[in-house]
Amino acid sequence: MEGFVIVEIVCSGDPPESEPIIRVHGLTKVFGHDPEKALELHRSGRSKKEVHEETNATIALHNVSFEVMRGETFVLMGLSGSGKSTLLRCINRLIDPTEGEIEIDGEDIMGMDHEELRQIRRRKLGMIFQNFALLPQRNILDNVTFGLEIMGVSKAERNQRAEKVLEMVGLGGYGSSMPSELSGGMKQRVGLARALTSDPDILLMDEAFSALDPLIRRDMQDELLELQERLGKTIIFVTHDLDEALKLGTRIALMKDGSIVQIGTPEEILTNPENAYVEKFVADVDLTRVLLAKDVMRRPEPVAQCTAGPRVALHLMEEHDIPMIFVITRHRNMRGLVTLDDTIDAVKTGKTLSDILKTDIPIVAPDAPLSDILSLIVDSQYPMAVVDENGRLHGVISRASILAALARKGGDS
Amino acid sequence: MMELPKIPIGDAVEVIVDWIETYFSWLLDAISDGLNVLVNGFEDLLLAVPAPVLIAITGVLVWFVTRHDIKMTILTMLGLILIWDLGLWELSMLTVVLVIIATIIALALSIPIGIAAARSDTVNTILRPFLDFMQTMPSFVYLIPAVIFFGLGSVPGIIATVIFAMPPALRLTTLGIRQVPVELIEVADAFGATPRQKLFKVQLPVALPTIMAGINQCIMLALSMTVIASMIGAGGLGYQVLVGIQRVDIGMGFEAGLAIVILAIIFDRITQNLVPKYGKK
Repeated sequence: MEGFVIVEIVCSGDPPESEPIIRVHGLTKVFGHDPEKALELHRSGRSKKEVHEETNATIALHNVSFEVMRGETFVLMGLSGSGKSTLLRCINRLIDPTEGEIEIDGEDIMGMDHEELRQIRRRKLGMIFQNFALLPQRNILDNVTFGLEIMGVSKAERNQRAEKVLEMVGLGGYGSSMPSELSGGMKQRVGLARALTSDPDILLMDEAFSALDPLIRRDMQDELLELQERLGKTIIFVTHDLDEALKLGTRIALMKDGSIVQIGTPEEILTNPENAYVEKFVADVDLTRVLLAKDVMRRPEPVAQCTAGPRVALHLMEEHDIPMIFVITRHRNMRGLVTLDDTIDAVKTGKTLSDILKTDIPIVAPDAPLSDILSLIVDSQYPMAVVDENGRLHGVISRASILAALARKGGDS
Repeated sequence: MMELPKIPIGDAVEVIVDWIETYFSWLLDAISDGLNVLVNGFEDLLLAVPAPVLIAITGVLVWFVTRHDIKMTILTMLGLILIWDLGLWELSMLTVVLVIIATIIALALSIPIGIAAARSDTVNTILRPFLDFMQTMPSFVYLIPAVIFFGLGSVPGIIATVIFAMPPALRLTTLGIRQVPVELIEVADAFGATPRQKLFKVQLPVALPTIMAGINQCIMLALSMTVIASMIGAGGLGYQVLVGIQRVDIGMGFEAGLAIVILAIIFDRITQNLVPKYGKK
């Protein structure tokens, strides 16, 4: 089977090849009266706790640097008090950093005066809040148009744009409702719509789904992924939930005590935790929600060409000592599989492979999460075929390959 | 026994009052004349309308403000008819005029100052002792400088009332704005609002229920103060109460007191219903 090359598919989880839209360099934030002194003490080797005791100043962020690529979802993750929300608010300067550089699209945010800052907040930065932060005295439509109203867009135009966005987030027709009449999930859709209406390049999401109950939360995550696919915004997403980070993040920055401990794709964070802290953090993650079909599949070797006869198939199975074999076309399109018993029978009775082909085998996409696969494979007596949207066979998943993958990823500790 | 030398606070106050009277009499006169015109004009206007018509108009107003509360509307009109029947209509109208004018002036001062105090800790810190002073000082004490500066009559009554009624409106304005949730302030900032947009589109609308509670308090205090201000000739229902006390005429005092209560309830219900209710989470 040398002629078949398994094509590396581009993982949707990999960072897209593009230029950074946000650059943060050496960002530090000290809360307190004498930040200089606090930093001086910290540089001379005192811990943050000691600095706090001595100067009453809190070093919330210390020397943070990272870049966010255009179109990616960059997750800031950490426990409460790790500085992730402070970092998010430094990007649009809701909190003024003590020192450091922030660039958005090449523009220096730190050097901006009030007016310039207002302009970039209006045009480029949308924000979504943990507790929705809807204005209680305004109806949904007027909440969604808030950003445009601030920008001075005419009422007719902003209502038109807002209704379009409300439609998009699934709240068409709710324009005249009041926030108090909506459920949490709906309120956050309004929050999302409000941020999207002014069509910013960047969305800053601060624990946006943390206040929602788990079911609604998963729906919202799915919807965000879907929206992201359509709109291609750059998102900075703050969360304390690793599962959420792994699900949404193109890349994840793990924060601890005001510093970034590790930046990487979900896969990298899970498989190569950079230090004990990260390792501990990822230890109890539900691997079935992180690993995808393509992570647990094995190469579909050997396979039988559908033009080949039963004898060839029988030979391959005997040689590799396997009870069944997948049958594909010349273009690697999956046809089905044949079992050893059927093939022996076919050789005796002179049937072709097509006569004994089993086509009712379970099929999954390369991006299907393991949690979906598990339920399918339990009910099936055959291994599962991993097939892309063009019908090509990419790999095979058996119970054994899943166990092997789980052992590989999670069994190190 | 040692005698403590008396610190001449009373003397000092007299000196200050004298000084103001000498150098600012033109201003005091202008205020006095202006208010007199206002009070007389407003009173004439209300009395020019026949009582039944005004009662009907008030009924319609309450009907709309309370969002069609038929019970409240009927009670309001019955109360006003009772006042009319007791022969206290003209006195009541003067009281209403005094309350409304004093309240408008008090609000015109206290709401902007309250906003300033909400936005600046310094202003707030400076104001606090003055507000404490204004609220704890017995209301009668305000009457003295008011009389000195403006003589007897409705004008000093209004001035004393304004001072007495200001603090709660000011405090609740400050409180209401300061209590606007941080996240809503962040919304305004994150979407690039100017300080003015933030104030008018977020802070004031969200603080409105609290500010309205302050306005309500302001009106109630103004009503009670106009009664006390009758001691310096402010007229109205308070004067009737005062006469009742002086003549030990219980019936007369009670009737006037009842009329004041009726007015208070009507004012209260109208202002309490002015804010649209948008419910809690």
